[in-house]
Amino acid sequence: MSKQLLKGNEAVAYGAIMGGATHFFGYPITPASEIAHKAAEIFPATGRFFMQAESEVSVINMLYGAAAAGARSMTASSGPGMSLMMEGFSYIACAELPCVVVDVQRAGPGLGNIWPEQGDYTTVVTGGGHGNYKCVVLAPNSCQEMCDFTYRAFEIADKYRTLVFILSDAYIGQMMEPVQLPTEMKHGERKDWALYADKESRNNLVTSIFMNQKIMNDVNLNLQKKYRKIEEELVEYEEVDVEDAEYIFIAFGITARVCLTALKKIRDTGIKIGLFRPQTLYPFPKKRLNELAKKCKGFIVAELNAGQMADEVELTINCKIPVLRYNWFGGTVPSIEEVIERTVADLGGK
Amino acid sequence: MIKHTKSKSFYDTFERKGPGQKVTHYCPGCGHGTIHKLIAQALDELDVQDRTIVCSPVGCSVFAYYYFDTGNIQCSHGRAPAVATAMRRVHDDAIIICYQGDGDLAGIGTTEIIHAANRGENLTVFFVNNAIYGMTGGQMAPTTLFGQKTMTTPTGRTMAQDGAPIGVAEIINAIKSPVYVERTSLGTPGKIQKTRKAIKQALQNQVEKKGFSLVEILAPCPINWKMEPLQARKWLQEHLEPVFPVKQFRDNSDELIQAQFSTKLPWKSDEEVLDYFGVNKEQKQVKQEKEIEEQLVKFSGFGGQGVMLGGVLMANCATEEGLNATWLPSYGPEMRGGTANASIIISQDSIGSPVVDFPNVLIAMNGPSLDAFEEKVHAGGTILVNSSIVSQKISRSDVTAVYIPVSDLASEVGMIAGANIIMLATYLLVSKIMDINTLRKVLPESIKKKQFVDINMKMIDKAEEYFKEHLS
Repeated sequence: MSKQLLKGNEAVAYGAIMGGATHFFGYPITPASEIAHKAAEIFPATGRFFMQAESEVSVINMLYGAAAAGARSMTASSGPGMSLMMEGFSYIACAELPCVVVDVQRAGPGLGNIWPEQGDYTTVVTGGGHGNYKCVVLAPNSCQEMCDFTYRAFEIADKYRTLVFILSDAYIGQMMEPVQLPTEMKHGERKDWALYADKESRNNLVTSIFMNQKIMNDVNLNLQKKYRKIEEELVEYEEVDVEDAEYIFIAFGITARVCLTALKKIRDTGIKIGLFRPQTLYPFPKKRLNELAKKCKGFIVAELNAGQMADEVELTINCKIPVLRYNWFGGTVPSIEEVIERTVADLGGK
Repeated sequence: MIKHTKSKSFYDTFERKGPGQKVTHYCPGCGHGTIHKLIAQALDELDVQDRTIVCSPVGCSVFAYYYFDTGNIQCSHGRAPAVATAMRRVHDDAIIICYQGDGDLAGIGTTEIIHAANRGENLTVFFVNNAIYGMTGGQMAPTTLFGQKTMTTPTGRTMAQDGAPIGVAEIINAIKSPVYVERTSLGTPGKIQKTRKAIKQALQNQVEKKGFSLVEILAPCPINWKMEPLQARKWLQEHLEPVFPVKQFRDNSDELIQAQFSTKLPWKSDEEVLDYFGVNKEQKQVKQEKEIEEQLVKFSGFGGQGVMLGGVLMANCATEEGLNATWLPSYGPEMRGGTANASIIISQDSIGSPVVDFPNVLIAMNGPSLDAFEEKVHAGGTILVNSSIVSQKISRSDVTAVYIPVSDLASEVGMIAGANIIMLATYLLVSKIMDINTLRKVLPESIKKKQFVDINMKMIDKAEEYFKEHLS
């Protein structure tokens, strides 16, 4: 068994096939395109299906169709493409169709640029489109996790009949690292609700329209029940040096890696700092954050946006302890040195 | 003699509808009921009920699934052809019907219908043109006629305001791929019989995997036209039919073209996939025992000097030796002509940020790279300079400078583009972080164009030769 040097984006395509994906629908957009490039190579080569659609609007509706037909299907995109797919996310959530969407975040708003940002946080974590729904959001911070999270995403999607987002960024997508591919292939099973174009499934209906208010109410209550179950069962996070920490960085994706390098050097100055990295952004690790808030003096939420996760953290801990916000925009990723200087200036001597 | 029996492709009672399970939700005189009936009869006749999936649109026929005893899926506004495309590519033998109205197909959904038609998807589309939005209460459709009054054209549609009514059959007929395009009308019993024939033909084509068929059906909407049902049939003939000519636009169903639409590829088994991905590959990695200093490398030069590949090969060597490594490109417009660079980190520990702002190894393949990064190199670091094209010397005294004319050496071997390999090999020899033979091992696997493997292997020999003579 050996590791292969892969781009984060390439690792997604490998993880997908090994996780049982049979259908990939794509539309080009930087910095996510390598996922489609690799998929266009390895999906057909293994007898799976790849298609470049005419737009992201079509892509998400193709996912709706493929998932309804019982296939494990996916796409990958970035900010502008994500915006175009919002209506589809909402339909998929209501019809409870399992599929996987990878967002390799770029800077926005608008056309923005192709450098990393985490500005899609709120849109993706709250589901994106209209109505009351949530989707599972996994946040990888390495090429290995790009592979592993995609691999697992299809199981989660099938189990909870939900859309699963992989919320990544331009650096995690574009960088290369040694990756150990999974050693076992997974496959989806026949679903009793899907459309297989046969006698057994003939009476099945995939829809998101429920004209009767009472029924629409029940549909919503069932969705909410499912989300509570997801919140109970799926929370995942990683912690570094939090046991004795007085202060804790909270960061995901590329920002967590910058904080990880900075953390060691900040500790050398005598400041007891730790790192908490949510690997699931929905469900958000609320319980653990509340435990940590009781033990330490303050959180520093570092993110490549205007403080979108910091809002969530403050709400989660009901502002029990101070939450410092370190924010960067426009494709700027802070240097280790900048994070160290700022942290030492803010916390030194306190 | 006409037999009045209910098709078995219809439900006996419409339980999904709620109250009123023996009648449809359509208004008196509406065309949908007739078209539904013709489709259900055709499904019966072709004996494909079990494998049929009906895609309902957004519009009055959003509830088509109340009636068709087939697989059913309700699609977002205008997107049925995209949904159907995906289902087609999942289930080869499914009979998939897109049932769409004029707002749905000719308004919001133009992109999806054009591209599904252009791909020649083996689908059947029934396009119901009644020149108005029904479900939302009688607004202008793309097919609304000049002068026709609707809720959003209260004084009648005009060219200046809204352009001309769109001919969908004509548009689809302008695309090469479809196999069958016909426009029919529900204006008279005779025309309804022709519609029946067209519907069956369009489905038959799909059963025979012949490709994309579209039937546009002119239908009355008495309620929103604000007419009595009989008056609406008359208006349809007198006003709609002259604008939208009822005719067969194309019928290539006798031509054998189905091979074009076969997309099934040979399925690789789990074992075959694992082999193909290299998961099962037995590989002996040269596990290094020695302690190494973390390498923060900036590999920089002109776009085209192979600095990205040089960096990838470096990270590949590290991977091969069981070390942790990251490679991050500086990508974007500056790659063309200007300075391109890659950040590479090699470490025995886990690596945090992959960005190298302050390197301890700078590889400067050109002058601008040295200008850009010399000051940022850590004290005690190493700078490797391509002295073939960089004439200046390093001004700092707290770093190790290595000058090597890699472009000249590469030219001597016979390919100037191999300078990056000579530079990388020299770095390995100077730093002793990794074995030069590891590069010999990974290089053949990393170079896509295999005809360049041999000459690049010679670059490594050249670097070793130069190192022994001048640098060791």
